[in-house]
Amino acid sequence: MSDYRGDQVESDSLRRLNKDEFDKLIKMLADQGYTVLGPKVRDEAIVYEEINGLADLPQGYRDDQQPGRYRVAQVGHNNYFEFNVGPQSWKQFLFPPKLTVGTAERDPASGWTFATPNQQPPKMAFVGVRACELAAIAVQDRVFMQGPYVDPDYRARRESLMLIAVNCTVAAATCFCTSTGTGPKCQVPFDLAFTELEDSFLVEIGSNRGDALVDQLVTVAGADLDRKRAERLQQRAAEQIRKHMDTSDLRDLLQQNSEHPRWDSVASRCLSCTNCTMVCPTCFCSSVHEVSDLTGDSVQRERVWDSCFNIDFSYMADGVVRNSRRSRFRQWLTHKLASWHDQFDSSGCVGCGRCITWCPVGIDLTEEVAAIRAEPSTNRQLPATQPEKTICVVPERARP
Amino acid sequence: MSDILERPAVVDRHDPWKMSSVTIRRVQHESSGVFTIEAEFDDPSFGKKFQFAPGQFNMLYAPGVGEAAISIAGSTEQGWLQHTIRAVGSVTRELESGGVGMQLGLRGPFGRPWPLDWISAHHDAADLVIVAGGIGLAPLRVLIERIAASRNRFGEVHVLLGARSPADLLYCQLHSGWLEQQLAVDVTVDRGPPDWKGHTGVVTLLLERLDLPRPKTTFVMTCGPEVMMRYVAKSAIGRGIPESNIWVTLERNMNCAIGLCGHCQLGPKFICREGPVFRFDEVASWLRVQEY
Amino acid sequence: MSTIPNSSPTVTKSHKPRLAVFKFASCDGCQLQLLSCEDELLSLADQLEIVHFIEASSQIEQGPYDIALVEGSITTTSDRGRIQTIRQQSKTLITIGACATAGGIQALKNWADHAEFARSVYANPQYVETLSTSTAIADHVRVDFELRGCPINRLQLIEVLQSLLADRRPRTPAHCVCLDCKRRGTVCIAVASDEACLGPITQAGCGAICPAYNRGCYGCFGPAAQPNCDYLADWYLQDRMSAAKLVPLLRNFNAAAPEFRDCGDRIDPNSDSGESL
Repeated sequence: MSDYRGDQVESDSLRRLNKDEFDKLIKMLADQGYTVLGPKVRDEAIVYEEINGLADLPQGYRDDQQPGRYRVAQVGHNNYFEFNVGPQSWKQFLFPPKLTVGTAERDPASGWTFATPNQQPPKMAFVGVRACELAAIAVQDRVFMQGPYVDPDYRARRESLMLIAVNCTVAAATCFCTSTGTGPKCQVPFDLAFTELEDSFLVEIGSNRGDALVDQLVTVAGADLDRKRAERLQQRAAEQIRKHMDTSDLRDLLQQNSEHPRWDSVASRCLSCTNCTMVCPTCFCSSVHEVSDLTGDSVQRERVWDSCFNIDFSYMADGVVRNSRRSRFRQWLTHKLASWHDQFDSSGCVGCGRCITWCPVGIDLTEEVAAIRAEPSTNRQLPATQPEKTICVVPERARP
Repeated sequence: MSDILERPAVVDRHDPWKMSSVTIRRVQHESSGVFTIEAEFDDPSFGKKFQFAPGQFNMLYAPGVGEAAISIAGSTEQGWLQHTIRAVGSVTRELESGGVGMQLGLRGPFGRPWPLDWISAHHDAADLVIVAGGIGLAPLRVLIERIAASRNRFGEVHVLLGARSPADLLYCQLHSGWLEQQLAVDVTVDRGPPDWKGHTGVVTLLLERLDLPRPKTTFVMTCGPEVMMRYVAKSAIGRGIPESNIWVTLERNMNCAIGLCGHCQLGPKFICREGPVFRFDEVASWLRVQEY
Repeated sequence: MSTIPNSSPTVTKSHKPRLAVFKFASCDGCQLQLLSCEDELLSLADQLEIVHFIEASSQIEQGPYDIALVEGSITTTSDRGRIQTIRQQSKTLITIGACATAGGIQALKNWADHAEFARSVYANPQYVETLSTSTAIADHVRVDFELRGCPINRLQLIEVLQSLLADRRPRTPAHCVCLDCKRRGTVCIAVASDEACLGPITQAGCGAICPAYNRGCYGCFGPAAQPNCDYLADWYLQDRMSAAKLVPLLRNFNAAAPEFRDCGDRIDPNSDSGESL
């Protein structure tokens, strides 16, 4: 990923290409051994699946999103990317819902052998990644690769990943990336970022890899006029965003309001159904399950997506820690918007609005935050800052 | 964050799911439902590499059943790792029924240890109060042994042990040895039989009776039920010991031990990687919130 | 739902645990799941002695039993007595399926005039002796574990039996169907269509089959843990469907499960019945 060029994109790195050339790009990526994944209409929604060409994309579709409601329809335009994020996120490919993280095999003579899988995951290209989704991938990068321990599977998938981004030109009613500072314009790292004009694409090159791809396409230098057209479309998306979340001091606000009456109110509405955490592109909770064959001699350790909304999630022999919907919703929201800062030096929210749309009863986190902010309690003490960090370094020879 | 987490390079940062194989060589019954296993690394070279500090834990794996986070109680002269276990869940029950000869997986050591070396490096002859409730003595046992091994670096050292009944007291065979090494061991039980001559009552009562001449340089390290540790802290603070001299070790559902699964969070803390040992003021305000 | 107590070992190690299967008012579908376990059943046969399983064998032994699997609901006075005897003879009693766990589809009669039902179905209703209700086994005796589903999932049944043999907690999910939908990549029906889906309040275990075929969940596995039925119902009633349609959805195979029953009764426009025991 050191390949990314950084923030400065010179104006001559903007190229314009016909829409047919995008089809060529998809096929070129496939020829280079990438599994090419992109948006596709399936089951009344725009999902991310393997695509073979431009024809697979949701040309002419728009989505209508409201809290707890999602519809797609063909509305008469000819664009391939004039819609917003759907029920799935790219996390399903980088952090699969089910993954074998270890195996145990028993041989009658030699006993158990433990192993971690070392198969190479597929080399993937994501096509149509939005700004908020780039931000979400960056958030999960911090979780899975930049902490004290690295998730080996995530890293393998991530390091071979090609990111073909697309700037949003429209916004859904549930979008709020302007509040989280994550969009609507794509920020590097990406390999390429497209803006779809009526008759062509404008592409911004974000990496040498991306540059090499564009070199093989028929393009012309983007003119100032093209740039202005693209900026107008990006501006249109930004202006369509109506939802807002005030993020100032959000960490302190939520950590100081753990007993706010709003948690009771949201608990009466929340179904604790896990949908928000599942559609969230940054939520990373999981559990490892043991899957044995009939003999019990061959065991797969399967990691599956899990959720802090599940009662079992905080199960301990002495009892469940978070045994109410109130405490579980509070855990999710406080983690996402507050303690994430302590843990990963960023918010866990990228403003994609999926948790709002895909909550079956339309709970809107921006409203919950606003309600807490409207009448905050200030009587709670925040904890001390981190103590001296070197206190507990393990001595060189700790063994007796 | 990274410097808290400086650890001996036993767990491969890039392959943290990798498991070592160990075999249970000895099982010691401790009290009802509580036992200590001694496990030997099946690959001796790995056993030689394995280092831990008091307060750290391992993930013990019973194939087909799952993993459980168990603190390291100590190690034997042969390098067998000791874990004291209460059979309460599926994994721990499997370990109990497995017994000597059972082969396990092991990942570890994980977590932040007790700050013993920091204390002795920064304070001449600091006074120590170790407070354990029930099986909470397990992660303190090797700490007590380390203190005893460098006894002259510390001032007064109190070991206060609480248990439900005399039968629930852990490591009774070791107590006299600790006494001989100038550790003031005191014991209390919630309920004793008629012939019980020791103290009866909660462990904080022992703490309240202590003579603590230098509270500002007295350090408390405690492990037990969360409510007990909160009362220990309260009582210690009442005795003039600074909140920042009090250390607790916490427990939550743990699935991965490497900060990736989300289970063990307490507020902003991942118990598995920022803990399990915490300075009390790092977590006190979170512990006060119910169901946090 | 009760769970297997941690402290009392269910199975004594001195002999092979004796397993018995009993049927009450039911369709036999859950017992069939046990029969269709085939391979697994063979491996279990090494560890268990099946001493009473009329569906599989005419050889029937008397109690006491170590494990009793009970299918079906209580609908007659004689069954009301029979379940007491079974409980007395069984160390561990496990109910299998929606009938035994919640009264089953036949619990619809709890909301109706059962005498009228009998009259309209049978030519000679005077020979039919039945209670006015269909009730779960747990309404009559202590139940150690309830395995949900209509029918039960055979893999879960194996898991429960294995956990009993190993004296540990069964690993059956308490979460709702939504999680499984998401794990398999199904687009949420409740949000992307006008269908009412009970997934958010229904316990997982089926593998989230119906939504994968574009059909709302109809609650075969009964209420999930701590379900918020009322708010979901109110949400659906806002603009999606009428109570006249939603009530029958809640009154299905798990009609008499307390959470579904109470919610249905609350929103039922013509309800003053919804009688429970």
